[in-house]
Amino acid sequence: MKTTMILFFLALVSWGASAQHDHSRMGNSENSHSNMTPKMKEEPRVIPSITVKHSLIVTSILDNYLELKDALVDDNGKKAASSGKLLFDAIGKFDLSGQPAPKQKELKDILDDAKENAEHISESAGKIDHQREHFELLGGDIKDLIVITGADRTLYQLFCSMYNNNKGGKWLSASDKVKNPFFGDEKMKCGRVLVEIKVK
Amino acid sequence: MKPLKLLGLVMLVVLVGIQFIPSRTNQDKAVPPSDFMVVNGIPENIGHILRTSCYNCHSNNPNYPWYSRVQPVGWFLQSHVSKGKEELNFSEFGSYSIRKQKSKLSSMVSQIEKGEMPLSSYTFIHREARLSQENKKVLTDYLSALKDSL
Ligand code: HEC
Repeated sequence: MKTTMILFFLALVSWGASAQHDHSRMGNSENSHSNMTPKMKEEPRVIPSITVKHSLIVTSILDNYLELKDALVDDNGKKAASSGKLLFDAIGKFDLSGQPAPKQKELKDILDDAKENAEHISESAGKIDHQREHFELLGGDIKDLIVITGADRTLYQLFCSMYNNNKGGKWLSASDKVKNPFFGDEKMKCGRVLVEIKVK
Repeated sequence: MKPLKLLGLVMLVVLVGIQFIPSRTNQDKAVPPSDFMVVNGIPENIGHILRTSCYNCHSNNPNYPWYSRVQPVGWFLQSHVSKGKEELNFSEFGSYSIRKQKSKLSSMVSQIEKGEMPLSSYTFIHREARLSQENKKVLTDYLSALKDSL
């Protein structure tokens, strides 16, 4: 009985502890960037480009993705969550049946993954690091999506090598100016254009 | 009776009583062919870590210690299991699309690196599920490599 009582109290205490399951320990990222002296002057390079067909089917998805990106650039988790929700809804409205049959399976996988990531973002207003994790995954989904469906505007895929303990992270933007969504104010300038996605 | 004694007695009755409330157990003996271990041919050391630290909340084949059947510890675990499996179910991993598998592997690595998983509210009682620094590294290295190979 005594053990049961003790366990009961432990459970109560841990219940309380679970409520605090936030990312408070994440602030102290390791200082492992020392071998990463940023190049001050980069020679002008030729930016690779791909061309996708013109399509309006992804307009609301792209609008909301870019809103979400801007919210993360501004370190605004609340705004990111609401954009994430709008994005989630926009993805849900995507009509697969209008797409070529051989591409439907792949598109479904992409949309399912994107939806899950958008959902996490929408539910994590107070955990911007967690939102950014899913935003990184989301960027890959959206890029793969528009390669198949086409897009309604020129986009750039950018890359910041410092994100995620130097594993790097990619995102999409309508501009080739670097404004980093992974670090916000902290390392706003981390990043370079990987590829320009043009619309035919 | 002194109020404190009475309180103790009431708690005792409640604690004994709740042990009889039927609870759904998350126990399924057969390991399905879609299980993470089966699909990916996971080496034994990695399998062992995942089974002790993650499978109780993220699979249909948990291996609960005896005190998990003691309420309310059991209920507490159950609420985590249903939420945990929704997010990631190792038993169904093989049925996920490759894209989803990769996303989940990324999430696993970051959750482990940040010390978010296994949930601290769980390891508080289930000490055996805690990950040592060394096991964290072994596990995240393995999962990252697996992700890149998919
Ligand atoms: C006590 C039960 C429990 C244990 C043990 C546990 N998890 Fe979880 N896990 C959860 C719950 C509950 C969630 C849902 C999200 C939340 O509450 O944080 C979750 C969510 C996750 C997610 C999804 C997070 C995301 O961002 O998509 C991943 C990945 C994950 N767990 C991996 C693991 C790994 C790997 C282990 C073992 C090292 C583990 N978990 C151990 C309960 C558990």
